[in-house]
Amino acid sequence: MTSQLEAGRRPEPLIFEMSSPGRIAYSLPALDVPDRPVEECLPAGALRRTAPELPEVSEVDVVRHFTRLSQIQHGVDIGFYPLGSCTMKYNPKVNEDMASLPGLAGVHPYFPEELVQGALELLYRMERYLCEIGGVSRVSLQPAAGAHGELTGLLMFRAYHADRGENRTRILIPDSAHGTNPASAIVCGYQTVEVPSDHRGGVDIEALKRLMGPDVAGLMLTNPNTLGLFDENMATVAEIVHSQGGLLYYDGANANAIMGIARPGDTGFDVVHFNLHKTFATPHGGGGPGSGPVGAVAKLEPYLPAPLVDADGDRYRLAYDRPRSIGRVKSFYGNFLVVVKAYAYIRSMGAEGLLRVSEDAVLNANYLMRKLAEHFHLPYDRHCKHECVVSGVWQKDRHGVRTLDMAKRLLDYGFHAPTIYFPLIVPECLMVEPTETESRQTLDAFAGTMAHIAGEAESDPDLVKGAPHTTPVKRLDEALAARKPNLRWRPE
Amino acid sequence: MGAGHRYLPNTAADRRQMLEALGLGSVEELFADIPDRVRFKGKLELPAPMSELELVRHMAALAGRNATVDEYVTFRGAGAYDHFIPSVVSHITGRAEFYTAYTPYQPEVSQAVLQAIYEYQTLICELTGMEVANASMYDGATAAAEAAIISSQTLTGRRRVVVSSALHPEYRETLNTYARGPGLAVAEIPTEGGVTPPDRLRKALDSSTACVIIQQPNFFGCVEDMDALGEAAHAAGAHFVACVDPISLGVLKPPGEYGADLAVGEGQPLGVPLGFGGPHLGFFAATGKLTRRMPGRIAGMTLDADGKRGFVLTLQTREQHIRREKATSNICSNEALCALAATVYLCLMGKQGVREVATQCLKKACYAQEQLEPAGYPLAFAGPFFREFAVRSPVPVERVNSTLLADKIVGGVELGRWYPELQDSLLVAVTEKRTRQDIDRLVAGMGGLR
Ligand SMILES: Cc1ncc(COP(=O)(O)O)c(C=O)c1O
Repeated sequence: MTSQLEAGRRPEPLIFEMSSPGRIAYSLPALDVPDRPVEECLPAGALRRTAPELPEVSEVDVVRHFTRLSQIQHGVDIGFYPLGSCTMKYNPKVNEDMASLPGLAGVHPYFPEELVQGALELLYRMERYLCEIGGVSRVSLQPAAGAHGELTGLLMFRAYHADRGENRTRILIPDSAHGTNPASAIVCGYQTVEVPSDHRGGVDIEALKRLMGPDVAGLMLTNPNTLGLFDENMATVAEIVHSQGGLLYYDGANANAIMGIARPGDTGFDVVHFNLHKTFATPHGGGGPGSGPVGAVAKLEPYLPAPLVDADGDRYRLAYDRPRSIGRVKSFYGNFLVVVKAYAYIRSMGAEGLLRVSEDAVLNANYLMRKLAEHFHLPYDRHCKHECVVSGVWQKDRHGVRTLDMAKRLLDYGFHAPTIYFPLIVPECLMVEPTETESRQTLDAFAGTMAHIAGEAESDPDLVKGAPHTTPVKRLDEALAARKPNLRWRPE
Repeated sequence: MGAGHRYLPNTAADRRQMLEALGLGSVEELFADIPDRVRFKGKLELPAPMSELELVRHMAALAGRNATVDEYVTFRGAGAYDHFIPSVVSHITGRAEFYTAYTPYQPEVSQAVLQAIYEYQTLICELTGMEVANASMYDGATAAAEAAIISSQTLTGRRRVVVSSALHPEYRETLNTYARGPGLAVAEIPTEGGVTPPDRLRKALDSSTACVIIQQPNFFGCVEDMDALGEAAHAAGAHFVACVDPISLGVLKPPGEYGADLAVGEGQPLGVPLGFGGPHLGFFAATGKLTRRMPGRIAGMTLDADGKRGFVLTLQTREQHIRREKATSNICSNEALCALAATVYLCLMGKQGVREVATQCLKKACYAQEQLEPAGYPLAFAGPFFREFAVRSPVPVERVNSTLLADKIVGGVELGRWYPELQDSLLVAVTEKRTRQDIDRLVAGMGGLR
């Protein structure tokens, strides 16, 4: 990573610790309307009596503070970031520029429709593209992230079953699923039932048959799943769930593997979400914002959140009149500027580009998987899709070095670590997603470093257990943070 | 694709070598496990790929078909406000170290994101007077909905949520959607004179009420009696949820001072572009005793192996990736970069600036209202307001706004859209960006219609 990441660097103070009474970093035009005491406008009882302790710093203080901080941060633009399930691909610069065009960033959501035809057209077209990629009939761009899409989709399940006079109470979720799946099911008022995986990493068909029943609203599935494996029994899974009146939800976190190769709507899914911040190259922002559009096949379409964007010829309008819609899941029309970036990405790639994205993502992951398998246990020995899962059990059993230690050691070599300890069904799990935007040279370098760390685990286990050694801070005490929560600065 | 693509580094030779290393003849073999029945065999019907230059022209054309707050003088707020954003904000959020990172799962190489979250949490606590804040929610509407869910989870057996009808209509719609999952009943209290009457609220509460949600200033811009409303909520044993505007907290009493259990709101006014409605950010703050009930990410201070200060994500046993179906919320990705914008904005504005921006909004709104009254547009509600106020129009509101548009002014939001009884009313927002001249033009345009 960058040289600024060296150990021993002086820690950056908190902005509050730089505060000096009377210093300012803002300017506003002088008030040009008649001045008056605030007390004339507002009742005394409603007024703030003491000012909040916000920092009193100069503009250069603010700029240096955040710039210096940024120098101790890893990101995709700094180096390889193989965080499985997160699709940390390159985020095209031009898309950032497009999203800051005044004609997109400076538009009020309640401007009259005739003033926002360009924005509505973009949303309209984006919906068509996602329908095509997902094999669904309509898409709502309103959900703000993947988990928000899950909540939306499951509420659509509820509404669909309720319309049929059915009260189904359970949702089936594979044991390999992401934590948001069960959490979303609970938020939607369902009970969750865990479905075991079979020895090939797919849904255990016998178990599914046993667990499926008339009280089951549906199944949530990530495909390829969090092991990076495509469920070979997809059609059978869909048949089992559908034949008993259940619905299928597609968690699209892993759609980077299947663009132009398999469309969730064609493979039996009824409701689908996409993560624009994964598959469609919008940046992750240090944790967000994302965007989690939700698509539906025809029979679920009436339940999508309102408004959608409709077109009358070349005039676009917000369509609120959707009587069977579950309603709104957030304000306005979704994370519009994130949608803008994903739109720009799709327009830059086209159909052949997106297909190549998925092919290269899968090729890169398999290439890396085979290299890693020379030194690490490979729990599912078959072709993976866009990501692979290996395990550090050998290193743990033989040398007492855990996956966590090896992940921390990777940081010393300038790589971000893969996702670790997820999925839960693989002990000492490392989930590696290289993405298509990495070159063979980067994959070779990463695999070489992993091999080297496997060697260190054997020759000098304490070196690995004490890692990282060269990062701005050494291993941080998470237990201490939880035991004695310090969640905000306080004036002395 | 014969030729390469600028975002895809693998060359034909790379692919060949990688396939060889795998002992495969073609990429197709890697997809052989996808059953034929579910394989997509066509070609996606998408427009042909564009070069960067073509893309830039195409996007400029789309953007060119939208009006912007720079071209049009806007008096529209209603949940998204045209405040001034200092240049520094986008320079910091535009740093790729911040925007190309993700959730700080590896804290040793993510101290910037983590320290910024910790500072954000502190700023939100200071602004709201609450004891704990999380790293952000999707927006104000979802923050309010999750506050209701958390209240019901905390106060076992209470499944009723009472809100004022002066809570933003889209927040109420979002709440109603969210309520369907856990089966919460949502009751609305009608307003009197534009505010929520405490005695009416009192009568609407019972032992099954989990929380009361009141917006301050409310959707009409009116200042609510939060002390009395909070007291009523607490007398019934319910949580008091204050949905507050962050700029208003430069002059208005913070939720911590009137005993709110939860303070939520829309953080967009703090340096986040309007962006046709998103991404914005929800802030979520609470009293200390609700710390372990909070949804979402929280950063905390700790020490490293050498005893040096550092930051990590903490109290994660609340969260979905650890607790799965027992999590307090399903949120995972949040609005971190918008929270960074809010952090930078609040650091720039500082103690004095936040108060000044708030008082300018207040005084300019008062001025606009005093000019509109004699021009034939009396206040719809008599009480005090902050930054935004509703007026009754002597002529159809559509006519008012179409006339103003011709003069490149976007007038107030038509309230009849959500409140049938307010067909004749407009909600006018005045931020610090509106000049006296802008306001005078608005008044002249509207006054001329009478
Ligand atoms: C498989 C899977 N499902 C769902 C999610 C949740 O998506 P989001 O963080 O956008 O809410 C993730 C996110 O990491 C994921 O990996």
